[in-house]
Amino acid sequence: MSQVIEIDALITGLRKPAYWAGIQRRYGGRSPRRFFLVAETDQAVQGYIVGEVRDWEFGSPPCGWVFGVGVRPQTRLGGVATHMLDEMCERFRRAGVEKVRTLLARDNALVLAFFRSQGMMAAPFIALERDL
Amino acid sequence: MLALYSALEFAADPERQISAAEIAAKYRISPHHLAKVLRRLGRAGLLHAARGVGGGYRFAGNPKRITLMDVIELFEEIGARPTGRGARREEERTLEQILGEIDEIAKATFRSITLDTMLKLLARRRA
Repeated sequence: MSQVIEIDALITGLRKPAYWAGIQRRYGGRSPRRFFLVAETDQAVQGYIVGEVRDWEFGSPPCGWVFGVGVRPQTRLGGVATHMLDEMCERFRRAGVEKVRTLLARDNALVLAFFRSQGMMAAPFIALERDL
Repeated sequence: MLALYSALEFAADPERQISAAEIAAKYRISPHHLAKVLRRLGRAGLLHAARGVGGGYRFAGNPKRITLMDVIELFEEIGARPTGRGARREEERTLEQILGEIDEIAKATFRSITLDTMLKLLARRRA
């Protein structure tokens, strides 16, 4: 887990041990609908992906949601994220869903370009927010 | 559009030397206008001008790195939309804000799609 925290911190500039401990608790088990996968080479974690099947979220029939993905900057362009997404999609299929979705910040050009390269298109949703 | 079509045409086969006349004939456009577009793509480092008989250009960029926005920005002024703060009426300001939202979504979409992704989408549609 420390390597996942390190990769996330390399990407975002923030260390979030409590957040990742929560992710491990909720997604690190053997649930058939919640998945936390890592890609390893030579004992080192090169990337992670987190996702789950959610039912009727935002009125949508059950589908797979990817809500976290990261790859060590020096390992990028080696197909690690593609491999992890393929594995995640395979698990979603086995869970009985036919659609995978994600939600990203508009200015996250790198990760947006990655998901686009995997054939993902705009979903029929619009994210909204307001100040509280 | 012409610049995007051209960039895709070259990126689809980076080793191939293509003449302006060939692309102009394919898309039924003015070779004179296309020549200007290709010169600009060349100046931006996306194309290599090929010398010799027939002339033409070859792709010089990385299709996995060059986005649709990179090409569009060579030909269009992509600045921030007016925020509406200078507008006199509240209606104008509010409308400018909404148009700004649409603009930001469009820009993010163009920035997220590389030439390589476009070629994959095209291949999928043709399959």
